[in-house]
Amino acid sequence: MKVFALLSPTIRNSSTRRLFSVTPHRDTNIAIVGGGAAGFYTAARLLSKTTDTTIDIFEQLPTPHGLVRYGVAPDHPEVKNCMTKFDQVSSNPRVRYFGNVRVGGTLTLDTLRSMYSGVVLSYGASADRQLGIPGEELVVPARRFVAWYNGLPEAQGLDIDLRRVDRVVIIGHGNVALDCARILLTDPSDLASTDITAQALSALRESNVKHVEMVGRRGPLQVAFTTKELREMTKIPHLRILCDRDLVASECEKWASFVDSSRSLKRMMDLLMSHAGKDGGEKSFTLSFLKSPVEVTERGVRFQVNRLDGPVDQAKAVGTGEYIDTPSGLVLRSVGYATTPIAGAPFDERRRIVPNIAGRVTHNGDVVPGLYAAGWAKRGPVGVIATTMQDAYRTGDAIIMDITNGHLRSGLPRDSVDEGLRESGVLESCVTNEQWKHLEAFEVEAGRRVGKPREKVTSVDRMLDIIGV
Amino acid sequence: MLRALPGTPGLLRTCTRIAMLSSRAFTACRTPVATHQRKVQHQQRQPLWPVQHAHRFSSSALLSKDVTVTFIEPDGNEIQATGEEGTNLMELAHENDVDLEGACEGACACSTCHVILEDKVFDSLPEPTDEENDMLDLAFALTDTSRLGCQVLLSSDMEGMRIKLPSATRNFYVDGAKPAHH
Repeated sequence: MKVFALLSPTIRNSSTRRLFSVTPHRDTNIAIVGGGAAGFYTAARLLSKTTDTTIDIFEQLPTPHGLVRYGVAPDHPEVKNCMTKFDQVSSNPRVRYFGNVRVGGTLTLDTLRSMYSGVVLSYGASADRQLGIPGEELVVPARRFVAWYNGLPEAQGLDIDLRRVDRVVIIGHGNVALDCARILLTDPSDLASTDITAQALSALRESNVKHVEMVGRRGPLQVAFTTKELREMTKIPHLRILCDRDLVASECEKWASFVDSSRSLKRMMDLLMSHAGKDGGEKSFTLSFLKSPVEVTERGVRFQVNRLDGPVDQAKAVGTGEYIDTPSGLVLRSVGYATTPIAGAPFDERRRIVPNIAGRVTHNGDVVPGLYAAGWAKRGPVGVIATTMQDAYRTGDAIIMDITNGHLRSGLPRDSVDEGLRESGVLESCVTNEQWKHLEAFEVEAGRRVGKPREKVTSVDRMLDIIGV
Repeated sequence: MLRALPGTPGLLRTCTRIAMLSSRAFTACRTPVATHQRKVQHQQRQPLWPVQHAHRFSSSALLSKDVTVTFIEPDGNEIQATGEEGTNLMELAHENDVDLEGACEGACACSTCHVILEDKVFDSLPEPTDEENDMLDLAFALTDTSRLGCQVLLSSDMEGMRIKLPSATRNFYVDGAKPAHH
């Protein structure tokens, strides 16, 4: 457990003052660290269930919305409709957005905790789980590939040449892996009217990728992706879907009652069996099971074949000592994201989350007053937007309970908060909601001219230029 | 506690429905709708078409019948709601401040408008599409008579139907809770 010094009630900076109010509803202000779905849904909950609480959202990028902007696939625009609600939140007079502010830089968590009644950690999971094998440096993280085609500024330097790649191997059996496979195998002209970046679209148009193999270490009944995404693969015209049908059939038979008891698994296996092996065109998508990568080289990946051990819902992959070499021009790993610690807050190194009970951050089992967590920082990097929404609402409810019960002290009045933010160097370079909307209008107009919902600006410098910061 | 809320005026509902049917065709090019601030304390419901546009449509004789149903929130609170035939249950809930989400705004791309219908109503409806079933797979507390509210349209033979909202809470506070898919 990282060493964590509990913030004492005394103020470090003599020019700020602290009010300990006994009236729970007055002067409650909340700082939210991380302006993605978790942060916005927590704010939405606070707005709907309080009357006076003000909220300041801090986000390290100029642009808000986190993975809704940079993670959701370009061909899933309806999933991004949740941004409408986020807009309602940011345009509420009780909410202020501070983009281009990294908490943990010149603005510290300790400073926030000294100025606000409560602070919510909703900064997500910015790191990547590794394979831990030789040649890892040759492997491209799927999240980087996704971030690249979605326009995340720091991912724009991705150095891959799809013209020289015929076969891609993706390690991982989750929805992110499927997103990558789909983007690689979809006809680029079907992506031209999405918000995929111009650079990615052009690279995909010139791509020579014909085959994508998605490899998992366990079997068909242990896949982590969902039926919707698999169905989308079956709808790509002329794409051949391949897998070991005998393995799928025998697993389904062996564990028939388990499959039958799970509606989602049963539907997925039915879908897979009804499409796998059908005729098609040149391009193929292969779902491979029971293989763990042991080494990556310029030529491709060496896998060890696995067998499964244990009950079907806790099956473990065990190496058999048999190896398979798979040639590949590009290897992506999609084995999960990882949350990282933030200075000034506790962190559970084993579970890799901010330790908490129902959203209240804990340290060695004791609740840390005024510190909360929401989203992936709280639960780990799993779950769709709907999951994060419910999770954020639970954190919001915990905050509201604490406000109502008088457990949260008053924060500083707004002008004192601004003084503190100014001293931390935040105000001179932050992006306000208005400025973000101006940037967004620019993107939408640029997109309109080429038939896309938006043409994303892909460099922070350019964003700040357009905004005039 | 039974509370009867007046439904949105019929004209606005008609206009909202017309606007929504056309706005659905442009879902792929959706841009964030311009918001206007409302001083309401409960969850803000944004119609799929900005309210001010509704006034451009002239009133017309409403040929669709009004249907009255009851929503039952997870805490037992009952809300009576009246809507026109053809309104989907998610919109109807939103128009009547029922505590039902709709993250993807009716695009069948999430599971947050999940509702539980009475057996006979469920059985009388056409089968959900594969797309709806794919989303229902992910819904929490799924039942045999669950549907996505945005995919079920009011019809006159649903008069008096009771719609249950599933309990939304998962055991998030329990350490080691089983991870969901993403």
